[in-house]
Amino acid sequence: MIKSLKARKSELADVGYEISILSEKTPTGFEPDAFGSKLRQTGLYPLSPTKIEILQINVGKMCNQTCKHCHVDAGPDRKEIMTRETMQHCLDVIKGHSFTTIDLTGGAPEMNPHFRWLVEEIRKIDKKVNIIVRCNLTIIVANPAYHDLPDFFKKHNIEVTSSLPYFTAMRTDSQRGEGVFEKSIKALRMLNAVGYGKEDSGLILNLVYNPSGAFLPGSQESLQVEFKKKLKDPYQIVFNQLFCITNLPISRFLDYLLVSGNFDDYMEKLISSYNPVAAEGVMCRNTISVGWDGYLYDCDFNQMLEMKVETSDQHISKWDTETLTQREIQTNQHCFGCTAGAGSSCGGATS
Amino acid sequence: MKTYYNPEDLKKFGNIGEFQKPLADKFFDYYGETFKEGALTAREKSLIALAVAHTIQCPYCIDAYTVDTMEKGCDEQQMMEAVHVAAAIRSGATLVHSVQMMNKYKELSM
Repeated sequence: MIKSLKARKSELADVGYEISILSEKTPTGFEPDAFGSKLRQTGLYPLSPTKIEILQINVGKMCNQTCKHCHVDAGPDRKEIMTRETMQHCLDVIKGHSFTTIDLTGGAPEMNPHFRWLVEEIRKIDKKVNIIVRCNLTIIVANPAYHDLPDFFKKHNIEVTSSLPYFTAMRTDSQRGEGVFEKSIKALRMLNAVGYGKEDSGLILNLVYNPSGAFLPGSQESLQVEFKKKLKDPYQIVFNQLFCITNLPISRFLDYLLVSGNFDDYMEKLISSYNPVAAEGVMCRNTISVGWDGYLYDCDFNQMLEMKVETSDQHISKWDTETLTQREIQTNQHCFGCTAGAGSSCGGATS
Repeated sequence: MKTYYNPEDLKKFGNIGEFQKPLADKFFDYYGETFKEGALTAREKSLIALAVAHTIQCPYCIDAYTVDTMEKGCDEQQMMEAVHVAAAIRSGATLVHSVQMMNKYKELSM
């Protein structure tokens, strides 16, 4: 298994270095502040929130996998996880603000020892709020302690959103690690067995496709048809929706782009595929992302670049809806990943 | 090193209108329309384009439709099978002409 950039002591583990690459290595023919310029041209600068509807909580960087493209630089060697105290601050905010969705992510969120407690407490506060868990699938079969996760998810009516970059072992394993495809199929069968992804069960199982290389995702609708067919026929697996997510040029995917010599072409493709409609619908306009240590960010990507929200109080313990709604969203060239083509967000295409 | 083919030129394809705009516009409209979802899916059309690109041996088209088929979710087996279809038709076209050779041979032989 590969190690995280941090464990490898890679230069890219330093966010200052990452940001300097994004800001200074803009492909020839484009301005250094190309994203800001595009927003200005389409009347969206400075980017501002619409309404805060989604609270995305990153409960830690610990993960049982070390995917090559991971923007979190997560892995078994990462020890940063959210404490119960910080989770309590999140719960206090959930109590005082009406969110439509609480989105739990990581790492593998289930590896946080307080994960189940957090879910139970959210449900105590709000029976109806949509809780999403971003489950990497393999965690369900990684250890007997996790085998009952499908039942736990079902009990609390959690929406499961899982990464499966492709419907073949070769392409999935090349991105996520040897044997991941087979384990993912096993986990998907366990989720289907309790009703997830099945019509009329009310239990939602969505899959996430992201390209396993330096190319953009195609049409979400067409890929969904293909995924449904290819998972149904040989594996009898069913799911609800496929979300296509573009890989953003940060962290381990940035490392891959630089090492493979694809950085310039990829950036050029992202920039030239800028779609103003997708820009209008970017997820940072209705989401707040909470880091493992309780700091607040415009999105999970800005979180990994340590670009905190631009407000005076930046910690969940000092949440203030009004100032957060009036803030200016921080952007840099990586944001082109969310505005290219059909757009990209944690909920897939945006236009 | 100077070469006849430069990968950067693919990005300049749209510039052909500089020398003759009305015809270029007509071509690009037609091109765009052709590759839209229709009776064939955009994915099927992209695989056909990949196969044809190999037949006409255009390096620009091979690059462009390798990316395009990957974006549309085709895997390496499907892509290679498409190229084999092109290769089979090409070799078949060579071999079917051997009937003419056989006809002529028989005509001239005692």
